[in-house]
Amino acid sequence: MAKVRITVDGKPIEVEEGAYVLDAARALGIDIPTLCYYPYMTPYAACRICCVEAQDGKGWSRIVTACNYPVWDGLEVYTGTPRVINSRRMNLEMLMASTTPSPVLQQLADQFGITEPRWKIGTEYTCILCGLCVRICDEVVGAHALSFVNRGSYRDVSTPYNLDSDACILCGACAKMCPTGHIKMEEIEKRVINHRELSLGPNAAISLPFRQAVPNVPRIYRENCIHFKTGCCMLCATVCPKECIDFREVDEFEEVDVGAIVLATGFDNFDPTPMKQFGYGKYPNVITSEEFEMMNNAAGPTGGKIVLENGEEPRAIAILHCIGSRDQEYHKYCSRVCCMYALKFAHLVTEKTNAQVYQFYIDIRSFGKGYEEFYQRILDEDVNIIRGKAAEVVPSGFRRGEEGHLLVQCEDTLIGKFREIPVDMVILCTALQARADAKEVARKFNISTGADGWFIEAHPKLAPVSTTTEGVFLAGTCQGPKDIPDTVAQGSAAAAQALKLLCQGEVLMDAAYAAVREEFCSGCRMCNGLCPYNAIEYLDDKRVSFVNAALCKACGTCVAACPSGAIVGRHFTDEQIFAQIEGMLV
Amino acid sequence: MSFEPRLIGFLCNWCSYTGADLAGTARMKYPPNLLPIRVMCSGRVDPTFILDAFRKGADGVLVCGCHPGDCHYVEGNHKCLRRIPLTKRLLKDLGIAPERVRLEWVSASEGARFKEVITEFTEQIRALGPLQLHDWTFEPAAEPAESSHTGGSR
Repeated sequence: MAKVRITVDGKPIEVEEGAYVLDAARALGIDIPTLCYYPYMTPYAACRICCVEAQDGKGWSRIVTACNYPVWDGLEVYTGTPRVINSRRMNLEMLMASTTPSPVLQQLADQFGITEPRWKIGTEYTCILCGLCVRICDEVVGAHALSFVNRGSYRDVSTPYNLDSDACILCGACAKMCPTGHIKMEEIEKRVINHRELSLGPNAAISLPFRQAVPNVPRIYRENCIHFKTGCCMLCATVCPKECIDFREVDEFEEVDVGAIVLATGFDNFDPTPMKQFGYGKYPNVITSEEFEMMNNAAGPTGGKIVLENGEEPRAIAILHCIGSRDQEYHKYCSRVCCMYALKFAHLVTEKTNAQVYQFYIDIRSFGKGYEEFYQRILDEDVNIIRGKAAEVVPSGFRRGEEGHLLVQCEDTLIGKFREIPVDMVILCTALQARADAKEVARKFNISTGADGWFIEAHPKLAPVSTTTEGVFLAGTCQGPKDIPDTVAQGSAAAAQALKLLCQGEVLMDAAYAAVREEFCSGCRMCNGLCPYNAIEYLDDKRVSFVNAALCKACGTCVAACPSGAIVGRHFTDEQIFAQIEGMLV
Repeated sequence: MSFEPRLIGFLCNWCSYTGADLAGTARMKYPPNLLPIRVMCSGRVDPTFILDAFRKGADGVLVCGCHPGDCHYVEGNHKCLRRIPLTKRLLKDLGIAPERVRLEWVSASEGARFKEVITEFTEQIRALGPLQLHDWTFEPAAEPAESSHTGGSR
């Protein structure tokens, strides 16, 4: 594109033809106030605050709006002449007069030294008709839900016929763009923090999955992204200087040849909703440990503050152990990690708030290195530790001022008494459970899952990271509940096992495999189709079948099927099994 | 003294044998009547094994494999599933109650199920009584008769 030379306040600049004065001024670092300009939309010149004086250096001079006045060669722009200031003041005063001045107008008025506009209409109206909302809805969001209605002094921004619009996708872009706060997202503005909505994951359309994500790059969440609703927007792609964002990309299946596989599919958190007695999802301020962790996170939705739903600091917090674990109704196993993180919670709560902490436990299992010492330290920290699983959480709230508080009922088994503890917040230490799709994954890798859904290792003591499928290893909680040190240890072990396979370059075969005794083989080919590994091939020249020992996994199906007894299953020969039967029975 | 059946069990290495192991390590109590033989897969169980077990004096034969779809060898247990009914038909012709052979699926995690299966099967065979094979001897002309070839000699 051709370049044109202009000057802004005497400073020369070369800009592309077709650019607007405002862009050129901003490129020079000259500030031009504006209320209706947004770089990614067509300029509209509605507010007229951005007006500047354009001259050709030959005496011609004119007040123009910088945001939509295209540059031309030899243009001289002045942004601070008395004529410009006067125009801006006049325009601003008229905006102020026709509306109830909003903070953004007030701020500009202060800047221009306006205390009171010359005219006064006395309206409650705050819209300055800048058109940002209409344009963003049209051009960026692509929902086309908003437009200007009426004419003249009745001009307004609204949906068609002032009705709730079907086209609106509730993205909130209009409210975010509105400089005066005329458009509001009612619910969001008035919302108090709701623990149900503690973000357990990213909720922005484009964000990092979590702080420590590897690779540490943001990703787009289809369900929240405007582009996937309307096909427009793509602002992120526009602003990305490296042009990394490509909306045309779709999920692809790739086939990768690998020598070993480490399964580290992790766990699911137990959902305590079915345990009605704890009132999760029913009473406010009953939260799971994961939600507490999120709330406690300095980068979390409350900025690391431990607060109740009404925004107050809790006076007493109950931490209920073994929710869903060590429970005959749900998971019989111990989830291993909850005792220690519950103690950590107690420590954090006492550190951050003045709340009393009550722990309700069956047994404290502080099994690891330094864990018992930590438990002793917590005991010294004035935490109330009650031995007895909490039976029920009930709302206390009939006394005045006590509404919304909770009572935890339990049997204190150390004193043999029934107790009711009033608290403000209940944290449920939920069980670790096998992932919902664990069975599917197990089937895919031909390994087995236990009754609880955890993957079964090849041997509980001697092969804790191997599986019954060669070359598939387990790491972490997919094999069973474990804490971080154990997970790291198992992960390292699995990696070492996988590397061992890769570095050797050769695979050690089991001595058990099937072999065809050619002299007995009739060449009937019955075995050929039976082999699930295609290890048996038919030798046309010899007219016998042949077992490829490298492919054979020694299941023995072909051995049992061979009508002439020509196939020998090494280490499980017919003779050996007959001898075993004889040995057993004689 | 009550009749104690002698049962031969063919257990697949990956599921049922491990399941039996689990029942053992979990110290579950089940009747000691089953004499387990490890095979790599239930698909390895040749019908002759079953016939041989009966000939040598077993009162019942239990074949255990992985649940259908969970076979370590993809589909070995399906092969077994097809062989057992045919074997049963053969047994019927030989005058052996087909109930004396049983096919069960026991996974590696089902120690308790293994215990149940064995208890139940033992009781079933105990109710059926000892296996009475017809008192005839199969003696190929070339081979002299051996006592071990004689059925029903107990």
